[in-house]
Amino acid sequence: MDPLKRVENELKKCVKCGACRAHCPAFAALQREPAVARGKVALAQHLLKGDITLDDQTYTAMSKCLLCGSCVEKCPNDVPTDEIVMIAREALAQQRGLTTFHQAVGRVIRNRRLMSFGALAAAILGPLFFRKVPATSGLRLRFPLPFIGTKRHIPQLARTPFLARHPEVIPGEPGKPRIVYFVGCMTNFVYTEVGEAALALFRHLGCTVIIPKDQQCCGLPAMSGGDLATVRELAEKNLAALEKYDADYVMTACATCGGALHKFYPALIGKKHPELAERIGAIAAKTVDAAQLLQQLGFRPGGTAAGDELTITYHDPCHLRTRNITRQPRELLTAAPGVALTEMEGADKCCGLGGTFNVYHYETSLKINEAKSAAIERTGAAAVVTGCPGCMMQLSDGLKQRGARTRVMHTLEVLARSLR
Amino acid sequence: MLTSSIIDQLKAIIGPENVATDRQDLLCYGYDATQMEFLPDAVLHPGSPEEIAAILKLANRENFPVFPRGAGSGFTGGALPKGGGVVLVTTRLNRILRIDTENLIAEVEPGVVTEQFQQAVERLGLFYPPDPASLKFSTLGGNVAENAGGPRAVKYGVTRDFVMGLEVVLPTGEIIRTGGETYKGVVGYDLTRLLVGSEGTLGVITKIIFKLLPFPEAKKTMLTIFDSIDGAARAVSTIVGNKIIPTTLEFMDHATLQCVDRRFTLGLPATARAVLLIEVDGDPELIEKQTAKIHEVVKPLGLVEFKVAKDAAEAEALWKVRRLVSPSLRDVNPNKYNEDIVVPRSKVPDVIRSIERIQQRYDIPIVNFGHAGDGNIHVNVMIDKEIPGMEEKAHQAIEEVFRAALELGGTMSGEHGVGLAKQPFIPLELSPVQIATMQSIKKALDPHNILNPGKMFPA
Repeated sequence: MDPLKRVENELKKCVKCGACRAHCPAFAALQREPAVARGKVALAQHLLKGDITLDDQTYTAMSKCLLCGSCVEKCPNDVPTDEIVMIAREALAQQRGLTTFHQAVGRVIRNRRLMSFGALAAAILGPLFFRKVPATSGLRLRFPLPFIGTKRHIPQLARTPFLARHPEVIPGEPGKPRIVYFVGCMTNFVYTEVGEAALALFRHLGCTVIIPKDQQCCGLPAMSGGDLATVRELAEKNLAALEKYDADYVMTACATCGGALHKFYPALIGKKHPELAERIGAIAAKTVDAAQLLQQLGFRPGGTAAGDELTITYHDPCHLRTRNITRQPRELLTAAPGVALTEMEGADKCCGLGGTFNVYHYETSLKINEAKSAAIERTGAAAVVTGCPGCMMQLSDGLKQRGARTRVMHTLEVLARSLR
Repeated sequence: MLTSSIIDQLKAIIGPENVATDRQDLLCYGYDATQMEFLPDAVLHPGSPEEIAAILKLANRENFPVFPRGAGSGFTGGALPKGGGVVLVTTRLNRILRIDTENLIAEVEPGVVTEQFQQAVERLGLFYPPDPASLKFSTLGGNVAENAGGPRAVKYGVTRDFVMGLEVVLPTGEIIRTGGETYKGVVGYDLTRLLVGSEGTLGVITKIIFKLLPFPEAKKTMLTIFDSIDGAARAVSTIVGNKIIPTTLEFMDHATLQCVDRRFTLGLPATARAVLLIEVDGDPELIEKQTAKIHEVVKPLGLVEFKVAKDAAEAEALWKVRRLVSPSLRDVNPNKYNEDIVVPRSKVPDVIRSIERIQQRYDIPIVNFGHAGDGNIHVNVMIDKEIPGMEEKAHQAIEEVFRAALELGGTMSGEHGVGLAKQPFIPLELSPVQIATMQSIKKALDPHNILNPGKMFPA
């Protein structure tokens, strides 16, 4: 069955009013109608009618979406364009096969051992192969590969992944919540300090933290390429890993992973594979973002030994914003001693990462990122804080390309300062 | 069809990257908010008036139609390429060229998005009042071509009232300037007024000189609830009769309120039959007095409730009722015809009553809301295109709505224009001589009928 049939009714909801033009980051950068939600919905409608085929032009148009969901939030008719685009990409992948890049993505993220090995190799060998760039804040590398973009700054990988550092169950106080921590690849391999901060905070609250060893990548990189077979495989493995322990919450400190568990698994895998729907629904209902959960559990940043004075600005990750998690991180951050928050212009606008979007459309991604970096710089804050390790990488790239000295931090890192 | 030689010449004029001929691009520039669709042969993204002039000269030489387009958010199909030809997109011309705070004027290119312009002038303490509902995405060029309005029109007027001068590429490819930077000016015909609202049939707008105002010092927002349509409508004429011209007098009828309430639970009193959202702006002391006066004069008209916002957040909460109308309508039926008739202010209750009768006669849900202050009512005929015969019935109902508005001394469009959607009905409003006069103007400026052909006049 044509995957687009699954969204036939959703496609009818679009009345072509054009409201999405005001909110789409890809359209803001490209200024062409096929790049905006209305255009993509029109193309999906014509695909269903058979007026166009899944050719290169359709592929290109459908690839120009960050899946940030801002069009969905602002659409007067509630057209789920992010879902429509993903299903169109699934149709493209089914009919045309996956691109070499997405094949590689699928192979890597399906195999945690391969990923760990690759990450270790990159951590050790990386500095030899990549040009090291002198930096004021931490080590940074520059990819020399033309495919990835020669200008791009990428962070150094951790020598020991987060999952290898801790036992599976870290018992807390009796009667306190039991939390299963879904770590996510970026935290596991790159920003391990985010994982450590999460652990410190929830242990501080007396929670039992469970970090299942056999958890996998959430699958979002494959999802953004239309490779739903890989997503399904990963979803099943993750369900098994997360269901193994009887816990009160499934916690993520990565907006994207949270979005996958909470929204995209039910919308894409659950609808397509009814046999998994109930299990997916159960995990989705338990999934909470770390900041949301900290607030729910009554965490008060304070403590006795707060860190130095820190001026910050907060960037809303799309996958928190679309789940209405915008207030909680701000309230926690502003309550932290020594932390002063200045809002940037367009805090709720996408940073331009968009899964594999920033690989295929690096220049566009950078253009979107430029506006973001400029807004961050205008606040004069010493650090930009966010709740998504993916955004952290993108923001670092943008800021470093501008030569800005602004630090990039995760909400949990700032909050964990007060525990020290 | 365009020959490949013409395509090559177009590429030579504006650069190959600005000429799109892929089917996907063509499909994405063949629609607007009417949901009608026509496929163009090419989509052009010119970057200067000179390029537009060269395109039009080529079009006259090679005889192909050119359809100017801004954001494509129109409700009447004014930018649709019916019959094929090239769509000429103006969004690359998107600079605010200058804002002159001494003379209170601004010069802009047509592709600037309305809200971005408003924000830019407001940062300087100035004010550009026209505020069409599409202001976050529609372009100023489109606003001028369609003479867009909005809720503030009752006090400040529509786009036309702010356009002082234009730079225009004529259909034959010459570039001219009309009007200017002075408030007064009586030399020759007023081509500016002719071009504003000409729906892209007489020229492509490439620069606009706008008049600006000082930003009002303060404003007050009120939500008034009435137990009858008549009460709300009489409130409008009573307020104006008491020499108060509010910035906004937005009206929602019972069907609209039910619609919004079903989805968002507004908690309106059970006796609510109509709502007026009123805003006054200006000197802080004056608007206090005006608010009190408004309360006093509308009290005897079946007033159920009178809420005044204390701050911006409360004002936004009151506006929410109005903003929720659009997303709620879909619950009535999936498709709609959004008509925008206007009647003299005092005739609003009469036209609402007529529409109620039409609705009953045709058994089609019609939801009315809009700018009661200037008599501009948005008549939303809600249909389900999949129910056989409903669309045809809706067309008949719409024709009767137009007739009702005209009988009361009104017009069949206040801000959406004619385009393709209202073309068949034009003879209801304009006499054969009026139409012939307009057509002779079109013919004089566009002898080969190149620019936006097939629009406005009956085929």
